[in-house]
Order: sequence, then C-alpha cells, then structure tokens
Amino acid sequence: MLCICYQCFFLLLPLLFALFQKRTTKMASGQQWVLVEMVQAFYEAPAYHLILEGILILWIIRLLFSKTYKLQETYKLTEKEKEDLIEEWQPEPLVPPVSKDQPFLNYDIVTGPPSHKITINGKECINFASFNFLGLLDNERVKHKALASLKKYGVGTCGPRGFYGTFDVHLELESRLAKFMKTEEAIIYSYGFATIASAIPAYSKRGDIVFVDEAACFSIQKGLQASRSFIKYFKHNDMEDLERLLMEQEQEDQKNPRKARVTRRFIVVEGLYINTADVCPLPELVKLKYKYKVRIFLEESMSFGVLGEHGRGVTEHFGVNIDDIDLISANMENAVASIGGFCCGRSFVIDHQRLSGQGYCFSASLPPMLAAAAIEALNIMEEDPGIFTVLREKCRLVYEELQGIPGLKLRGEQFAPALHLQLERSFGSRDTDLKMLRSIVDYCLERKVALTLARYLEKEERFLPPPSVRVVVTIEQTEEEIKEAAACIREAASSVLNSQHCDL
Amino acid sequence: MTESSANKLLNGDVCHRSSSGKKSGKNGFVKNHCLFQQPQKYRRLREKNQNVTRNSSLYKKPFLESFEETPLLVAVLTYMGYGILTIFGYLRDFLRHWNIEKCHVAREREEQKDFVPLYQDFENFYTRNLYMRIRDNWNRPICSVPGAKMDLVERVSHDYNWTFQHTGKVVKDVINMGSYNYLGFAENTGTCADAAVEATHKYGVGVGSTRYEIGNLDIHEEMEQLVARFLGVESSMAFGMGFATNSMNIPALTGKGCLILSDELNHASLVLGARLSGSTIRVFKHNNMQSLEKLLRDAIVHGQPRTHRPWKKILIVVEGIYSMEGSIVRLPEVIALKKRYKAYLYLDEAHSIGALGPNGRGVVDYFGLDPKDVDIMMGTFTKSFGAAGGYIGGKRELIDYLRNHSHSALYATSMSPPVAQQIITSMKTIMGEDGTTLGADRLRQLSENTTYFRRKLRDMGFIIYGNDDSPVVPMMLYMPAKIGAFGREMLKRNIGTVVVGFPATPIIESRARFCVSAAHTREMLDTVKGAVTLNAEYFYSSDTI
Repeated sequence: MLCICYQCFFLLLPLLFALFQKRTTKMASGQQWVLVEMVQAFYEAPAYHLILEGILILWIIRLLFSKTYKLQETYKLTEKEKEDLIEEWQPEPLVPPVSKDQPFLNYDIVTGPPSHKITINGKECINFASFNFLGLLDNERVKHKALASLKKYGVGTCGPRGFYGTFDVHLELESRLAKFMKTEEAIIYSYGFATIASAIPAYSKRGDIVFVDEAACFSIQKGLQASRSFIKYFKHNDMEDLERLLMEQEQEDQKNPRKARVTRRFIVVEGLYINTADVCPLPELVKLKYKYKVRIFLEESMSFGVLGEHGRGVTEHFGVNIDDIDLISANMENAVASIGGFCCGRSFVIDHQRLSGQGYCFSASLPPMLAAAAIEALNIMEEDPGIFTVLREKCRLVYEELQGIPGLKLRGEQFAPALHLQLERSFGSRDTDLKMLRSIVDYCLERKVALTLARYLEKEERFLPPPSVRVVVTIEQTEEEIKEAAACIREAASSVLNSQHCDL
Repeated sequence: MTESSANKLLNGDVCHRSSSGKKSGKNGFVKNHCLFQQPQKYRRLREKNQNVTRNSSLYKKPFLESFEETPLLVAVLTYMGYGILTIFGYLRDFLRHWNIEKCHVAREREEQKDFVPLYQDFENFYTRNLYMRIRDNWNRPICSVPGAKMDLVERVSHDYNWTFQHTGKVVKDVINMGSYNYLGFAENTGTCADAAVEATHKYGVGVGSTRYEIGNLDIHEEMEQLVARFLGVESSMAFGMGFATNSMNIPALTGKGCLILSDELNHASLVLGARLSGSTIRVFKHNNMQSLEKLLRDAIVHGQPRTHRPWKKILIVVEGIYSMEGSIVRLPEVIALKKRYKAYLYLDEAHSIGALGPNGRGVVDYFGLDPKDVDIMMGTFTKSFGAAGGYIGGKRELIDYLRNHSHSALYATSMSPPVAQQIITSMKTIMGEDGTTLGADRLRQLSENTTYFRRKLRDMGFIIYGNDDSPVVPMMLYMPAKIGAFGREMLKRNIGTVVVGFPATPIIESRARFCVSAAHTREMLDTVKGAVTLNAEYFYSSDTI
C-alpha cells in the first residue's frame, strides 16, 4: 500500500512543480518569494489544475486509510473445514495412565494415632517419620483443650475470616503467637502449605526480584510462581553466591535508577531446610540485607518450636533481633502438632496480608478446635522450655548414632530434628536408588522402626534433592529406642546394599 | 471490539450469513453447526432479565435465573458516591501528609526507611480511605457455634475503625445469615459432634505427615470411599483445605500446551490453580454458553497461538453455585458442549454440594445428570458439611494419578482426624445411612427456606440476583454508602449479614448476601425480612431528604 502512495506522490510532484514554475515566472527573478505571494499564486492557478490536485490529494488520503486487502480473508476457513478440524481433533487423555506396578500407588495405611507408637499396615512400630517433634500429637492436655473447644464451637467455621469465620479463639491464637515470637502481630492460615505460598505473592509482584536458596521447599517455589516476580536462585547456603547476585543487581540498578526505585527485593530462605536439614546463615543474611537493602522472608516450619532456648526458632538460635527479619512464616503442623500455619512480624508488614493473602481471604478459617490445640501447645512450650533441650539432646544422639553407616551418608545439622540418609554412591538411576532406599525402609518397618522416604514431585521441583530416607526425632523416643533404630538401619543398609552389590 | 464484530463472533459466521438471507445452504451443507445459538443478537448478562430458558429441551424443569439491569439513575448515583469518597480520600491523604490529621497507618521501621517501599502509595488508597470507613462490617469475631443463631464479641472503635477494642460483652443470639451453613451441620451437639469427640480421643488433632509419606490414616481412607459413594463416582481423594484443592490440583492435570476455559466469575482458587498450571487461560462470559462455545470452536480450529499446533487438551472450569451471584451453572448445556468438542470438565461444587439436588449431591443431582459426565468433581467440606477441606472425585485413573502427582498429597499435611470424622458422620446423615430421615429433612427444609426467603424478598420489591433454587441470596445495594449502613443497621436489629462491594463485585454492584440454612426457622426468616424492609424504608426516607 505504501508503494502506491509513493507513486501518487510522484504523480503529484510535477503538478506542484508546474504551479511553482508559474509563480516564479510571474515574479521578478532574484526576488525572494513569500507566503502571501504563494497564496496569491494559488488563486491565479487555473481551476482545472486545482481540481486535479484536490482529487489527487483525496486519493492519497483514501489510500492511506483504506485497507487494500484483508489478511484474514485468505486464511478464513469454510464452515466445512472447521467442522472437519473439530471432528479430527483428539485430545490427550485427561491423565496419563498410571502403571499398575507403581510402587506407591497405594499409600501405607496407618490405623490409630500417628504418635510415638504407630501402626502401619497392621504393624506396630516406633515412629521415626512423623514431624511430631515435641510429642504433642497425643498429648492429653492438648486433646482436652481441643475437645472443650469442639464442645463450644463445633468442628467447622463455615466461612472465611471476613464473613463470620473469625472466632475469638483465632484472635487469641494470633496474639499468643505474636507474644511467643515477640513480634507485633501474627496472622494464621488454615493450611500450612498455603502460608508462605500466600504470603510471598502478597508482597512480591510482577517486576519485583526475589533471591531464593536453591534448596527452598516446594511451598516457597509455588509462592514464587504465583508472585510472577523475577526469581534468582543462589547456591544452597552460599553467601558469596548471593552477594554476587546482589552486586549484579546493584550494577543493574545503577543503569536504570528510576526502575530500581520501585523494584522491591526480597531474600527468601528457610530456617532449617526441610530438604537438606541445614540451618541458614542468618547473621550473614541480615548483614547482606542492610548492605543491599533487601527484605528477608524466613520460612521456619522446621525450626519453629525446635531451635533456640525457648523454641522461637532460628532467630533465637543465632541471637538475631527478630525485628531485622521482615516476615517469619511457619506451619503449626510439626512441632505444634495441630493444623495450619502462621506469619509473624511487624504490623506494617503482616497486616497487609489480611486483605492480600489469598489463602487467608478466600479460604475458610481454621477450625476453632485446631486453634485451641495450638494455643495449648504454646502453653506447654512456654511453661517448660526444657523440652527444647531434651529435643536437642535426642537430636544429637540420633545424629551421632547414624554416623558412619556403610553405604549411607547422613545429611543435616546436629540439632536438626529431621535428618536425611542418602546413598553414598548412586546405583545409576534415581529409580534404582529409590528402590534401594525403599527396601531399607521396608526392612526397618519389618523390625518395628517406622521410617519414610522423603518424597518429591520429580518433574515439578526446581532443583530436585537427591533421594533420601528421612529420620525424624521426637522427644518421646527413648535412648534405647534410638540406639535400636540406628542399629536396625545399619543392619538394613548392609543387608540391602550388600546384596545389591552382589547382584550387580 | 465493536458491536457488530461481537455479534458476528458470538453467532458464528454461518448464521450471520443465513440471517441476511443469502447463500444459505449452498453446497447442500447443514448450516447450523453450533449447538447453542440465539436467533437474536447476543445479549449481555445484565441487559435484560434472563428469565428465559434457552435450550429448554436439556432441562427437566424450568431454569429460572435473573439479573436485573442496574437502573441508569442508580448507576450514576453510585459512581457519584465513589467520586465523592475518592475526593475526600485525597483530601484526607493531604491532611495526613501535612500531619494535620493523625495518621493511624502502621509505619515502616526507621532502619528501613531507605529501602524500596514495600507498598506503593496508591496501592492502599482504597483500603485506607474507603474500606477503613466501613471496616466494622467484616471480620466480626464470633464466640459460639456458627449455627442459625450466633453470639458476637462486642467491639468498639475509638479511632474510626483503625483499631478495635473488645468491650468484654457478648451480643447474644444474632441471626446468622452470613455463614455457609447450608444444611445446619455447624453444631456442637448431636451425632456429628459426638463422633468428632471420639475421633479426637482416638487420634488426636494433628497428623504430622503427608498422605504420601506416613500421614494416611484409616479414617482418611474411609472418608474417601464414602465421598466416592456419595458422589456416585469411582474414586475420590480429600485434601485439607478447599482453596488448596483447586490451586494445588489443577496444575497436576494441565500444563503447557493445554487450554483452560474459565468462567469470568470463578473463585480466586481456581484462577490461581489455572495460573500455576502454566496453561493458556481464556475467560468466557459468566454462565454464557454462546461465549463458551465460541471459545471452544475457535480453540480447536485455530490451535495454539502462533504455532497453530492443536491443543493437548481443553479443560472447562465452572462452579456449581457462584457465591457472589447466586447463579447455578447451566450444567446440561456445559456437558453437551463438552461432549461435542471433546473437552474435559472441572466442576467446583464448593457451594452446591449438599445444598442442591433432591439428595443433596450437588448440581449434578439437581439437574438429574450422570456424574460420570463430569470429569473432575471438586467440592469442599467447609460449607454444607460443617467441616473443613476439599475433595476431588472422578474415574479411578484420575484419582490414582492425583494420588501420585497432586502437590497436596506429597507436600501438605493430611486432614485432621476429627474433621474427617465430622465429614463422615454428616455425609452419612445426608445419605440416610444413619438410619434416620434427619438428612432428608434438612435437605427439604433448606429448599423450602430458600424458596420462601427468595419469594418474600422479591415480593417486597428488592432486586435479588441468581437462581430461584440457590440458597445464596444476593440483594443489590449499589451505593457504597449503603454497604456500611446496611451491615450496621442489620446488626442493630440482631442480624448478621455479609455485605460486599468492590473489588469482590463490579464497582457499581455492591450487595448484601444472605445464606439460607436448613437450621433457620420461618420466624427467623420473617424477622430478617422485616428488618430488611425497615432498613429499606430508612434508606428511602434519607434518600429523599
């Protein structure tokens, strides 16, 4: 179309030129022409000339504004063609077929309470698998309070927090949690997984930048995905790598200071990593926070009610001022042995979630009996901080006992309550490794030690952790039981791994 | 998009041509391919009263749903109301900025003042200046069972709703029109509560592990088998949170190269799930089958954008009852479309399970359809069952796959045993397996109450949205000032209602919402009706002044 326009323009040129000439011939040569004279010349031009030019100009305008041909028409399908396409289309099945030999098609069935003694598939075992660190799962006091609440409020809340789903118990639990953690405010969620997964996108939006540890758990990953921010992963617990990324970002910011002024930045880390049982180097993170002006979100599901003298988690463990952490989130499904999760921090930060935390606003609130159970668990934790010392002792014992098992290596901190036993050497593929470890778990199960494999969605995890057997410590395990269990694992490892070596 | 192109898009090309009287039936080819067409122009949702049943052959009984158009004068006044509020908002922000008005907003720490601000200033303008004025209508703390009547914790605010203090007094026996207690199973006595007590004694309240690892209790298995039987599907799986059931399972079902067709009013959890899945999302007009069919046809014909490869699969996501509109999904038509175009159907029955249908089995039961025609039956236990959590039901292959691939099954703690027990007992009651007719009575009571309450309000001349059989009854308020006034006046008359405005609804369609329950008595409903009438008179008299 443009081409035609040009053509017209060239057509028009000689005419204009003629007009110009006519004028110049009238003028005395050497005289400079002025606008007035040009208008005069316009009057003097013959009528046919003006009409012709007018038509040409209109023609150009028409060409400019009309489409010469419609692009879509050439592609337009006839109805019959459309029908054929619709007939032809075959969708993939809704779900790919699950092969019947999938080892985990059927879950292990637990009958009775999943507490210290657990009955798996009809076999009573000592529980080294549930995250019941403080043994509060079948605590009579907790049960009693939950029952009292049940008798007052019933089970469900029948509504989200906004619409008559806020119970006085919820408010009490929130203020108790805030008091326990020594923060200004706390907010509770009805599902542990949803806590950090809702909290992150409440603050970090499209265009913001989040620095995350590679070993971050799945709910953090989902929260990041929902936030649609830029995600920068740093190597697990590697502060140099983090600083490198922060410095890169700083240089980037200098190039575009205008954008940098509105780009929020966050570091998201876990207190104790569920995937590696490592503790995060919090003091260094806080230093980096102030150096590069980044906010820190700390996920403490594994460390809340475990680390620190009073069980306040990793901040207490390192003696870091809790106000230096912008947001702490944890679930109440591990040490607290109830259901749900909470976030705590300054009101300036936390209050925002009451309208922006999706899992808070759009979900039914936590059943009051579960909130009451959590309050009682907090009572127990406050009354006797000695339980944390006991737990640490047990952790140390398990840690020591599990050292030096041939073929297996222990992953995690000495004070971590959920440790990982990984294979020293892989057997080639992840599947065979998993089978090996599963045989170890089964072997122990036969001998009344309940363990579990750490399970991951292999295709969904950003950085898939190596396969491992998880060993969970609780204060109810006696020294004797721990020693027996360690011996059992040792035996299992040697029997399973050695026989496999022979097979290979 | 212009009017004419919209018209063309929605009616399909062929009918456009045939309506102009030319070329119809050339090639001897059947001219009408679309399942659902309207002879006239496509009508927008609220342009006319939709009291007309389309495709009535698919329905066994009349499908009556109405969304009265907002009167022009009301719309203008509503916008003016927002305009005034906004102007005052700016004025007060200005005063706060110069410390003339005391600022109650929590402040950033001194140490972090030079950080990038956590919130943009305009982000919270609405919260600060509009929501804060009427904040006392939400999050009202209650201190009893959320049954037909409830007790509220009395609270006062001395700083215009920035903070609340509890007076220590209790507002007794407030009629509860806010909780989703459709069948009245929010109880602290009776068989459900007794069974839950027993479960607590037996199991405790927590589980401390995931379903996949070591948190799969026998009570969970029992519940899932019961849920499958209740729904009439092969298998089912339950999750600890209704919101997460959607947001953590849709990503397991679809992914890149798949298309999700989602109703424009779908719940936030469905939107989040769709977004997390990485699929392409297209939105169709609320409950509008022409819009859905148009999207389906286009999707299959044109394939994926740019590459034009065929879509791997297409998932239609709808809800049973839409909680803000009170409308019921046009399920027979959706199923017909789904079959015609080989799409899959995800039905979220959060509000409809238990609340609809002669047997309380949700919207499928209501329309008398076969549950096998719905690929993914999702619902929650929070509402009708008085518990917490959600489920997914469907074919055995689907559930087996989810058991291995659901984010929730692998990473989230399983459901609390007493909650599971509450579901088992209430569901058995609804099914009549407890040997009584209590469940059937409740179902009948709910449907009677719904019809009665809706009829009464409509007779009084209020604008009520939604389906005649839906226990969610939205009543239009329109003006922002009425949101706060209505909620407060109702509370003064000892009635707890939910009022909602922007952003939960379109900006001019603020409303009050009543949730009818089987536990409500006629007298309670009459009291509510009376109070609403008094309120209306009060508003009307102040409007005219």
